[in-house]
Amino acid sequence: MSEENGMSRRAMLVKLGIVLNGIVGAALAVPIVRFLLSPVTREKKFGYESWLSLGGLEQFPAGQTRLATYRNPVVNSWDGETGDIACWVRNVDDQTFQVFAINCAHLGCPVRWFPQSSLFMCPCHGGAYYQDGSRASGPPERGLFQYHYKIEDGKLLIKAGEMPTPGQPVANKAGGKTTCA
Amino acid sequence: MRLIQKLGDWFDLRLQLGTPIRETAQHPVPRETASWFYVFGSAALTCFMLQVVTGILLALIYVPSAGEAWNSLQTLNHGISLGWFIRALHGWGSNFMVAIVLIHMVQVFLFGAYKFPRELTWIVGVLLLLVTLGMAFTGQIMRFDQDAYWGLGIGASIVSRVPLIGPWAVNLMLGGPIIAGATLSRFFALHVFVIPGLLIAFVGVHLLMVLKLGINEWPMPGRIVRRATYMQEYHELTHKQGVPFVPGAVGKDIVFSGFILLAIAACALYFGPFGPSGQPDPTIIQTAPRPDFFFLWLYALLSFLPPSAETPILLIGPAIGIIVLLALPFFAGEGEKSWKRRPIAVLTILLTAVALGTMTHLGQHTPWSPVMDAWSSEPIPSQYVHGRTALERQGALVFQAKQCHNCHSLDDRGGKRGPALDSVALRLNEDQLIRQVIQGGGNMPAYGKNLSPAETTALVAFLKTLHPATQAPARDASRAIALGAGQTTTGR
Repeated sequence: MSEENGMSRRAMLVKLGIVLNGIVGAALAVPIVRFLLSPVTREKKFGYESWLSLGGLEQFPAGQTRLATYRNPVVNSWDGETGDIACWVRNVDDQTFQVFAINCAHLGCPVRWFPQSSLFMCPCHGGAYYQDGSRASGPPERGLFQYHYKIEDGKLLIKAGEMPTPGQPVANKAGGKTTCA
Repeated sequence: MRLIQKLGDWFDLRLQLGTPIRETAQHPVPRETASWFYVFGSAALTCFMLQVVTGILLALIYVPSAGEAWNSLQTLNHGISLGWFIRALHGWGSNFMVAIVLIHMVQVFLFGAYKFPRELTWIVGVLLLLVTLGMAFTGQIMRFDQDAYWGLGIGASIVSRVPLIGPWAVNLMLGGPIIAGATLSRFFALHVFVIPGLLIAFVGVHLLMVLKLGINEWPMPGRIVRRATYMQEYHELTHKQGVPFVPGAVGKDIVFSGFILLAIAACALYFGPFGPSGQPDPTIIQTAPRPDFFFLWLYALLSFLPPSAETPILLIGPAIGIIVLLALPFFAGEGEKSWKRRPIAVLTILLTAVALGTMTHLGQHTPWSPVMDAWSSEPIPSQYVHGRTALERQGALVFQAKQCHNCHSLDDRGGKRGPALDSVALRLNEDQLIRQVIQGGGNMPAYGKNLSPAETTALVAFLKTLHPATQAPARDASRAIALGAGQTTTGR
């Protein structure tokens, strides 16, 4: 009788142990998952984008397209030069601007501006875009990504902070402003 | 001698590993498997061990920080005694490992080794292929240079196309909004902790099953695998005619592994380490990112897929491929093992090899990319300007200045993005040339806004001269009639 009691007590202890570990495991899973998902929750809560200056308008002569760089608004001290981002600024007529992301709308490689042929060309898979960012040829499905911009105190400001990718709703919205060639 | 014996006995009394090790080493294997075809699995393991050792050595110096990684690689290459050689061993070891894993897989497939009862061994093998490729990809990112930076950009762009969760998945992959410190840190964790852990676990299970189930016998045409009888047949094969693994079969494994290590060391010594190329500075855009050798085929594929089909193929294609590989032993678990009686298996391998080989070759030459500096570095061949009119020569200037040469070759120099133009006048008449230049089409940008009428006239005049001397250029036969000169033509 007492032995049977002992057995059931042992079995009981094992069950209790499993339940206890299950509860602790579930409780620990919450902070672990939240830690892992922090890049996503950070974006949903605060967003990564903010207005930042590309410098005075005098750097961007009318009718020309120039390379500009900025320091990403969300950086860590150990990001080094990866925190510096480039973009193409097109001054259409001193009133209207277009600020294109450096990333090709196909797979994100850096596009280069060729003023002689008025084309942006991508070195990776041969995508090409017209001067207004619309798709000219190659594998991209759409035109170049564009940043929202505004002009304040003679400075060109853009809303940036996140690498534009083809699947991003924000990037698609901004790019949708592209007028047809 | 006696002291060693005593010491051995002291340890064995406590560890009790002597007997199982001896039994494992001497387990009988089919006589014919003591073959040079059966050495690739052990060679892959040897490569992995070399990677572990050289990887730990590199970790003594390498700094997994976006701001410092590139500098620490420079220190490894130039500042530490023989650091370049350890990097070269690790890089070449990685190439050899991927290659040998693939060869091992082909051999196992052609020898029918995935059939009953070794289905799970094959499945774990497929997982090992995936984690090996995972190591190769994450390793490429450890070499934190321009190629790594933009390679991550390509990865993020692909990930972003996943429906619904794409943008979040990009943030998760990059560890933030852009490719930066957090990105390198998490890929370092994957490359050094997560994937090697999986690799070691899978290798353990894989090896355990090879030992428990025995090495696949040499396939004989006509010897059919049946679930009911196979175990008995294999037992007879090993216990009646078999040889002990040690020393019967192990010799060739050891010799081949030694040869592979020698080959890796020779490559490391002769070719040196891979990169790093330029600094991972995204504001330096004069770069043409290129993946490592084993992903070149994918790089080529990405430029050939039609835009509309690209996203579904990119996202579904790999999943289908992996499912087919995993499911293979379940719909071909019995039957013939010999490749001599499995023509479709042989054709599948040949087709895959030709496809991957062709894609890799294309990936090395990137004919789809404009040659960015051809307009300023490749002159127009002299025979194409010699004896031409002023207008035609002006057209040749327009051809260079408007960078046509970046995409179109003349005399095999220049870009291969568009067709070679050496004989374009045979294919297109004047009107068609004008239309093509102004409106573009067929994957060519339209230049109408970018060329003045005078420039277009000159350019087309030049293009009209591009035909072999012995062949007349294309002409619009109806034009002569329309212009009223038809009388003389028909009268002839």
